[in-house]
Amino acid sequence: METLQDTATKKATTSSPTFKGSGSQMLLNALIEEGVSTIFGYPGGAIMPIYDALYDYADQLEHILVRHEQGGIHAAQGYARTSGKVGVAFATSGPGATNLVTGLADAQIDSTPLVCITGQVFAHLLGTDAFQETDVINITTPVTKWNYQITDAKEIPEVLAKAFYIARSGRPGPVLIDITKNAQLQIEEFEAYTKCNHIRSYRPKPKVRVALIEEAAKLINSAQKPFVLFGQGVILGNAEKEFKAFIEKTGIPAAWTIMGEGAIPTDHPLNVGMLGMHGNYGPNVLTNEADVIIAIGMRFDDRVTGRLDKYAKQAKIVHLDIDPAEIDKNVKAEVGVWGDCKETLPILTNFVKESKHEAWVALFRDYNQQEIDQVITPELYPTGEEMTMGEVLRTLNELTGGDAVIVTDVGQHQMVACRYAKFNKTRSNVTSGGLGTMGFGLPAAIGAKYGAPERTVVAIIGDGGFQMTPQELGTIMQFGAAVKILILNNQFLGMVRQWQQLFHDKRYSFVNITSPDFVALAKSYYIEASKVDQRAELKKALETMINHKGSYLLEVMVGKENNVFPMVPQGCSVSEIRLK
Amino acid sequence: MSNDTIKYTPSDTSYEGKQDFTITVYAEDRVGLLNRISIIFSKRKINIDSLNTSPSEIAGIHRFTILINESYEVVRKLARQIEKQVEVLKVYFNTDSEVIWQELALYKVSTEEITEKVTVERLLRQYGATAVVIRKDYTVFSVTGHKEETDALVKALEPYELIEFVRSARVAIIKDSAGFHEKLKEFEADEPGEERVENEFLDKGEKIFTM
Repeated sequence: METLQDTATKKATTSSPTFKGSGSQMLLNALIEEGVSTIFGYPGGAIMPIYDALYDYADQLEHILVRHEQGGIHAAQGYARTSGKVGVAFATSGPGATNLVTGLADAQIDSTPLVCITGQVFAHLLGTDAFQETDVINITTPVTKWNYQITDAKEIPEVLAKAFYIARSGRPGPVLIDITKNAQLQIEEFEAYTKCNHIRSYRPKPKVRVALIEEAAKLINSAQKPFVLFGQGVILGNAEKEFKAFIEKTGIPAAWTIMGEGAIPTDHPLNVGMLGMHGNYGPNVLTNEADVIIAIGMRFDDRVTGRLDKYAKQAKIVHLDIDPAEIDKNVKAEVGVWGDCKETLPILTNFVKESKHEAWVALFRDYNQQEIDQVITPELYPTGEEMTMGEVLRTLNELTGGDAVIVTDVGQHQMVACRYAKFNKTRSNVTSGGLGTMGFGLPAAIGAKYGAPERTVVAIIGDGGFQMTPQELGTIMQFGAAVKILILNNQFLGMVRQWQQLFHDKRYSFVNITSPDFVALAKSYYIEASKVDQRAELKKALETMINHKGSYLLEVMVGKENNVFPMVPQGCSVSEIRLK
Repeated sequence: MSNDTIKYTPSDTSYEGKQDFTITVYAEDRVGLLNRISIIFSKRKINIDSLNTSPSEIAGIHRFTILINESYEVVRKLARQIEKQVEVLKVYFNTDSEVIWQELALYKVSTEEITEKVTVERLLRQYGATAVVIRKDYTVFSVTGHKEETDALVKALEPYELIEFVRSARVAIIKDSAGFHEKLKEFEADEPGEERVENEFLDKGEKIFTM
């Protein structure tokens, strides 16, 4: 320990060609080299040497002490989603590491770049069932893009460089690095840190084949009813501009998966809305009428396709994706364009002819009008006494103008938020899409705020989901993340209740959830809070929340038994979407 | 199917149903990679019939040979999921007619039993077996060949108290493969190659003598 303390006081400058110090210091140097400025973490026995080193890096690395490791990793996800950078989370061995699993699974399925560092017992204790030892590498293998256990400090620079390269390149994803305590303590002389840009066994993005894009263009040019479906790939590839240029030149209507929402502004004339189970009427019905479907950076999730054997059977599919494993996975593509859409889209735009599909786009508008009349107007401008989630979103849009980052949890409020929130900018919709992780919202919003500190961040959360990770109010209290928390309280686990109502004869089995006094709870954390249950007070209350300096919690009581419509019932085709 | 150099079009309908496929994986030799690969199968509740790990023609590169009985579509998806793993260089999948393969089986029988009731010599000749060990109390035979052949000897030995039987995983050589050296050079270059060949040895036809 003597040598460790000696070297700890001589803090390394990261630019020095060689550096003598502990593995822990090298790790922190590596993070700085990779441009990390914020870490979400929680200390513990097996990661103590890293935290000891961190003590001296406070001016370069901001560490946010969360209240639970799951909160830490969700915050890192929120950070990655709004900033476009790699999110970093620290946890100790054993329970600390296992608490990361939900977040890893969430990040894996939603392609969020993360590097998670876990402490591990001394290498000589591995496999002895030592205190707080778990086989983190094997537990996390199915839910990481890559993971690795470091038992020797010499490996730290190279492995960290690889970790960041793998997390952010190609189709991004979570990486977990498990470091045994001896490697954290080990004093070594390290070479200058070099970033990784090539791993021979790893092909982050397939090289673009122009011939395939030409073929895709031919199909698109011959189409009468072309339809674009886009997902988060457009955002992850920073290809929003390229995407907009493509649809504007071709005049093709475009609909989004919830992960792709915001890649083009909500009110773009060719943005025809949301796909999938609770998506918009037109995009779902017309999926089964389009003659050519151009899928960009999306993966035909079952919530988007509904019943697969009745999905777009009449259409020829062009699928652009960076991940070759996604092409032909769920839906067979006529032309599969492997590659980064940042590179493929401009080539495609170049090959396609300028066009307008006015009658076809008008058809989407017709369906939209039906949806407005039957679903949207009653939801946004309800005449009944009870407030609806939709009117809360409408009022929020009026106040933010669509410039806020909207973070959601999972459930009815999530679908309502995705359907009705207005987005002017990309990287504004942070939601747990693929995994559907309740409890994601509050911690993700904290991270989202650190990732986009200049923006207003509103976390929309249900009464159920909020109660899964309320401990992160403590993180907000301590570090002052100015997150606006909007709880839409329907006194039910609403989405499950909706299914029980529609498909289980209203047998409401354990969906009746009671809540604490959320306002008092927030206040106990010294967070300003209020509650409204009258429409007349809604706008004022939202205004107070938005304009409040610092974090604020607003609880809005909404109708208990409202349902989210339209809906494609499970096992049904997208064209069997129900408006009521 | 628009471009046959890009997509493999099954030429005969036998691809539609389940059949044996040999999946060959070239990968870095790293702890934990076997788990990463095997969970791709178990996640989909697909049983691996046999799995062999061995060195390859290139030092430092490992070769997994995995045998499964599945449809072409399923195998193609599995291959892509495996190839997606960071430490996997390349995955090939082939039908039985596209590979030369062998399995090794060992049989332990009571020497007394077998000398009384059959002649060892006959067994050796009929099944191409080799006596590995002959002791007073037991004899160990080995047979190298296909499953049907090694199974046939199990059946033949059934009446004579087969004490122990074990068969190795399949090892297979791809008929049309020219080795992995050239491919590796391409991988070691910083820029990926433009070629997008799903399974380059699947559509080449049989260039060599078939056993």
